[in-house]
Amino acid sequence: MDLVISRPEGLYCPAGDFYIDPWRPVERAVITHAHGDHARAGNLHYLAAAPGEAILRVRLGQDINLQTLRYGERLLHHGVFLSFHPAGHVLGSAQVRLEYGGEVWVASGDYKTEPDGTCAAFEPVRCDTFITESTFGLPIYRWQPQLQVFAEINQWWQANAAVEKTSVLFCHSLGKAQRILHGIDARLGPILVHGAVQPINRIYREAGVHLPPTIDAADIKKSDPMMRKALVLVPPSAANSSWMRRFVDYSDGFASGWMRLRGTRRRLGVDRGFVLSDHADWPGLLWAIEQTGAERVMVTHGSSGALVRYLREQGLDAMAFDTRYGEDEEDPALAEAELAEVLP
Amino acid sequence: MKAFAELYARLDASTSNNAKLAAMQNYFAEAAPEDAAWAVYFLSGGRPRQLVPVRVLRELAVALSGLPQWLFEESYQAVGDLAETISLVLPQAPHRSTDGLATWVEDKLLPLRGETPQSLAQRLPQLWAQLDRVSLMVCIKLITGSFRVGVSKLLVTRALAAMAGLDSKRVAQRLVGYTDQAHRPSAASYLKLIAAESPDEHAQRGGQPYPFFLAHALSSPVEQFEVLLGPARHWQVEWKWDGIRAQVIKRSGRLWIWSRGEELVTERFPELDSLIPGLPDGTVIDGEIVAWKSAPTGAEKAFEPAVQPFALLQQRIGRKTLDRKILDEVPVVLLAFDLLEWQGEDWRNRPQAERRAQLERVASNCANPRLRLSPLLTGDTWLDLARQREASRALGVEGLMLKPRDTLYGVGRTRDMGVWWKWKVDPFSVDAVLIYAQRGQGRRASLYSDYTFAVWDGPPEASERTLVPIAKAYSGLSDDEIRQVDSIVRKTTVEKFGPVSSVQPSLVFELGFEGIALSRRHKSGIAVRFPRMLRWRKDKPVDEADSLTTLQNLLS
Repeated sequence: MDLVISRPEGLYCPAGDFYIDPWRPVERAVITHAHGDHARAGNLHYLAAAPGEAILRVRLGQDINLQTLRYGERLLHHGVFLSFHPAGHVLGSAQVRLEYGGEVWVASGDYKTEPDGTCAAFEPVRCDTFITESTFGLPIYRWQPQLQVFAEINQWWQANAAVEKTSVLFCHSLGKAQRILHGIDARLGPILVHGAVQPINRIYREAGVHLPPTIDAADIKKSDPMMRKALVLVPPSAANSSWMRRFVDYSDGFASGWMRLRGTRRRLGVDRGFVLSDHADWPGLLWAIEQTGAERVMVTHGSSGALVRYLREQGLDAMAFDTRYGEDEEDPALAEAELAEVLP
Repeated sequence: MKAFAELYARLDASTSNNAKLAAMQNYFAEAAPEDAAWAVYFLSGGRPRQLVPVRVLRELAVALSGLPQWLFEESYQAVGDLAETISLVLPQAPHRSTDGLATWVEDKLLPLRGETPQSLAQRLPQLWAQLDRVSLMVCIKLITGSFRVGVSKLLVTRALAAMAGLDSKRVAQRLVGYTDQAHRPSAASYLKLIAAESPDEHAQRGGQPYPFFLAHALSSPVEQFEVLLGPARHWQVEWKWDGIRAQVIKRSGRLWIWSRGEELVTERFPELDSLIPGLPDGTVIDGEIVAWKSAPTGAEKAFEPAVQPFALLQQRIGRKTLDRKILDEVPVVLLAFDLLEWQGEDWRNRPQAERRAQLERVASNCANPRLRLSPLLTGDTWLDLARQREASRALGVEGLMLKPRDTLYGVGRTRDMGVWWKWKVDPFSVDAVLIYAQRGQGRRASLYSDYTFAVWDGPPEASERTLVPIAKAYSGLSDDEIRQVDSIVRKTTVEKFGPVSSVQPSLVFELGFEGIALSRRHKSGIAVRFPRMLRWRKDKPVDEADSLTTLQNLLS
């Protein structure tokens, strides 16, 4: 009997009678992290890692029925030992370790193997079966060290500011934005953020993550000269909104793993693409899978087909799990649809 | 090489022409002349013949990446660009080569041509290991002849002109033929491009053509012409021929023929050598080479519908050797419509009407049936001309050309000194069903954007009928529509054959095309020219798409 199976509501643990990141409302939901495709509203009970609590409440409602565990803390539920372990994806993101009848399964949620200083770093967990994501499951996806990417962003910002151009950087409001804030050189100029980013920043700061001061862009007048020197962090979903009208002369960039491909970047039509992802790249996925020591690997979302076939050729028992993850966070098609209309 | 790769990255990163101009000017200002020479060559569309077979490149890339063959192919499907894919999967190296573009092209890349696969397998990895990722991608693009970056030749011309303080038309003229296979860029040829003007420049031209003046499409309704263009009598009106735009140059007792792509094609048309005695030295004629119904005798009237379909001319162009038979079967004539040089003097700054009058005298003195004047149409009003235009299909032409009588001959697509308009007839159209989809390249990588369309092989009442493929098309849809089609394709895929997916027939599109001909190579028995999507017929069920009969009726 498998410890986790795929059901129409989501990944399900029959022994414990709970779901992991379900996409339909259920009674008991174990949540790996607060991104919208993993944490949905409407479940009766939530269980998540403690560092993610504040974000979950901001996103799903302060009054959700939420129980939390510290990383590594064990909970026994219907004979299943459950614990959370850092996934290095965003603040509070966790892998879910399940132990039952002497067997160990780990569901990774989304993860990133390079530590970034804004959340607990990914920790490989030994298991028999590993359920891994595969958002960037092709060998063409290999990330440069993040310091290099931050240097590129600094350079771009500096060059824009020199010619009095606002630097508008599209990035996800949860995780990516804070990682950028943590990594860039804040001395280069004022930093403005979209209204969706500011509350998340507050939570990160309260969690002890160092972020430079940020100003809500809505509080600054269009004519304010400071605007022309500023870096502005904007979620892609706002790209199409009237909110963007406050910027007159600006250069735009997009920070995402998808920017690795010229085609994607050019389709978006942004001035600059910065290859910065909160997901594991191909070597990261293979490394993480190896570290778990798992003989069985279930692959969710992304390029699952290629990764499954590759793992099988390496002698692992691999198969694809049909899930609905990846439908918003870094989905290039969505980001494109959002951006396409605002850009010429 | 690194400097050129950085230029590529800057050009590729920007959508603004000013930013691109600035990037090129910076590069040219810094680059050694021999490197700049090759940069101009590649930026303005020059391509050496393929240096290494693509198969060998792929095999090497697979071996060096350590990936299974299938995974390399999957990656290529996602990227949609071979050079980029290779650069993404090869081990990353810091940039070590300090050699410039010219050294790379001349000493390292060009000598690869004709090497055995064994030798290539030794030499290429050593070359690649010296380059960082972007340089590697650019290098492979140079090897495969697929180097392209979003700058027009006009923009390259402007960058050079601005840097050298020259008129950009002068630079454009010097640049003609620069990317021809026969010309090899060098420091000297680059310095000539940007040299100060010399008084005897014109005399040193040899077989050099002038830059072609290109037409813009006119698609407004005829009712607006009076407002947009003024009275019809101010315009010289001609048929728009369906052949090969060509400049015929007679100088120093010799004849040169250049195609619009700035390719020297003299040898493709040996029968036009007969024009040599009839044209004085220092004559340059602009016109269209078309296939003619029978060998011209000179006895025909000024104009008869004797033009053959382009497909026939294409067959002739495709031949490696031109034997007597094909020359007899597909004879050509030059339909002359402009005179650019007369008695060694550049006539491009004279008004259209004056050039035309002189052209008529030249043609009449030449008295060779292979040189025919492209006839003028006369009409008092635009409506009158619109009526005459309706005969286009029957005459085998694409519509009308409108040229202001009083303006000079421009350069490329410039519009500052009068515009030539092409007023084409509406394309043929047919409602066809999407049956296969393939992921696109470049900007459309990973998206299903290239489609194969089919029509029914029987009428709706036929008990059993199937869809027969008739054309592939990939242009005409907006990015947004492509995304929608892409998502439908993914949901309705029946089977995958490598990069191609067969889909459940559910989408109907109106396809437009310029010409139609019988073909033995196509299953449907029909070949169409320039197929593209005119619109998505969301209103039309698959059953109501057109049948082969519709196409066959267009053939007559």
